[in-house]
Amino acid sequence: MQRPNHPPDPHPRIPDSDTDSEPAGPTPASPILSSTNRLSRREFLAETTAIGAGAALGTVLTTDTPASADPQSATAQRSAAPVNEVSTTLQINGKPYPMQVETRMSLLDAIRERAHLTGSKKGCDHGQCGACTVHIDGRRVLSCLTLAVMHEGQSITTIEGLADGEKLHPMQAAFLSHDGFQCGFCTPGQIMSAVGMVKEGHAHSEGEIREAMSGNLCRCGAYPNILAAIQGAMEGKTDASL
Amino acid sequence: MHPFSYIRATDERAAIGEVSATPDANFVAGGSTLIDLMKLNVMQPTHLIDINALPLTKIETLADGSVRIGAMVRNSDMAYNETIRSRYPVLSEALLSGASAQLRNVATLGGNIMQRTRCYYFRDTAMPCNKREPGSGCSAMEGINRIHAILGTSSRCIASHPSDMCVALIALDAVVHVRGPRGERTIPFADFHVLPGDHPEVETVLEHGELITAVTLPPLPFATRSHYLKVRDRASYAFALVSVAAALDVQQGTIRNARLALGGVGTKPWRALDAEKALLGKRAGEAAYHAAAEIALRSAKPHKHNAFKVELAKRSLVRALTTVEAIV
Repeated sequence: MQRPNHPPDPHPRIPDSDTDSEPAGPTPASPILSSTNRLSRREFLAETTAIGAGAALGTVLTTDTPASADPQSATAQRSAAPVNEVSTTLQINGKPYPMQVETRMSLLDAIRERAHLTGSKKGCDHGQCGACTVHIDGRRVLSCLTLAVMHEGQSITTIEGLADGEKLHPMQAAFLSHDGFQCGFCTPGQIMSAVGMVKEGHAHSEGEIREAMSGNLCRCGAYPNILAAIQGAMEGKTDASL
Repeated sequence: MHPFSYIRATDERAAIGEVSATPDANFVAGGSTLIDLMKLNVMQPTHLIDINALPLTKIETLADGSVRIGAMVRNSDMAYNETIRSRYPVLSEALLSGASAQLRNVATLGGNIMQRTRCYYFRDTAMPCNKREPGSGCSAMEGINRIHAILGTSSRCIASHPSDMCVALIALDAVVHVRGPRGERTIPFADFHVLPGDHPEVETVLEHGELITAVTLPPLPFATRSHYLKVRDRASYAFALVSVAAALDVQQGTIRNARLALGGVGTKPWRALDAEKALLGKRAGEAAYHAAAEIALRSAKPHKHNAFKVELAKRSLVRALTTVEAIV
């Protein structure tokens, strides 16, 4: 089933929010909402988007819908069916995620829409903002500019895989204690990029860190605190008593 | 993005065979140019051959002192390689001035050589572009052309070549090794990219199905005194308005040898051979550098919004040469 991409979160949050739920809005008559009173925003968007797309095409967008004898609807179905779909398994945060993807699906979309790990964000989708930064085999890369099918057998780490259980990664802790964000949308990418940067070991001075982090944009302009957080993490100062 | 079939190649011969057999097939390596342009529907391959598993990842010093770099070496690995850093600092600096750390971790040597222009109109399928759609016209000619080329342009195309790495490679007289359905050949870097002329859609001499396998850098002892200067709209993560790759061999104050190349201003990576010749035998210093800069930009043809590049390129050349002279 091919579903349109979700738009970027209008109210993104920092990535600790599996408890991401909020009242579902003022449409109590909706059949979706009647099944539960507290759908998460993300589930709500997913359902309504899928229904909207299906309604627009006059057909349900699944691969196993029986072929219709009506030539018109058969045409609609051909255009809506997934093309060049393949089975693949991605290793994300140490766990295998078997999935069906179209060859043209970006790694970012596979992580978000197939593995349902929505910490990695879609900002520009063209390699210009860094919000989708993940690690592949330990190196920081942009998941929007690569295809899911290209990464079978590699080890992918997303922001969800950074903490050790309940214990935050030092870089996550440093971003919290230094207030290294405002709206939080760029934060998963900033943190993944910063962790990759420290591992690379080429940036030490303030100028070098700024240069090495230039692939991660922050529209809130939290750069001074992001820099402080990274420096804090590099010096091992990650607690809130700073 | 248009749909396409995909396979992962495990050896060169099979990869080349796959691409050769399909007219709209493309190799994909890092994907940072190709996938971006596929999302914009500017490139629409029907078949992708993933070459990431090919073992073209070595950087080795050969018996004759030249350095051979495998086509799949990532930009970051090349930039931080000790041999490249010490013997060809201009290449290391050029690589590190390009894109962002995340992109450099995937972008390959071969892919960067094949990088496409950042001309706004090439990237916008709503607008005419002779490079994307031969014969449709050039929107940049009378449009917004601030980032466009002033050297090597034609009446059909003024798109600038975007790569930093290629500017260093042309200055170093690199040689490109390719393998195709009819065997292997080598191409001097200066001959690899072609001027737009009447056919801006043709950007290189590479034939369909030919794969870049490696680049060799000839020994160039004075390249230890070399430098890449990049001038752009912001301090980092931006394409060059003007860039200069420079190397100087100065003995007792006299210039014995020089290498000069320009980025951001040419329709292809631009070697300033006449300017290099003008430096030979001159006393190292600003007077000689100014004279060389005038020669390098002699044939510049600015358009409405990019006339500033002529003066910017001259000053950048002087500054790059001054910086190189000061390297001990």
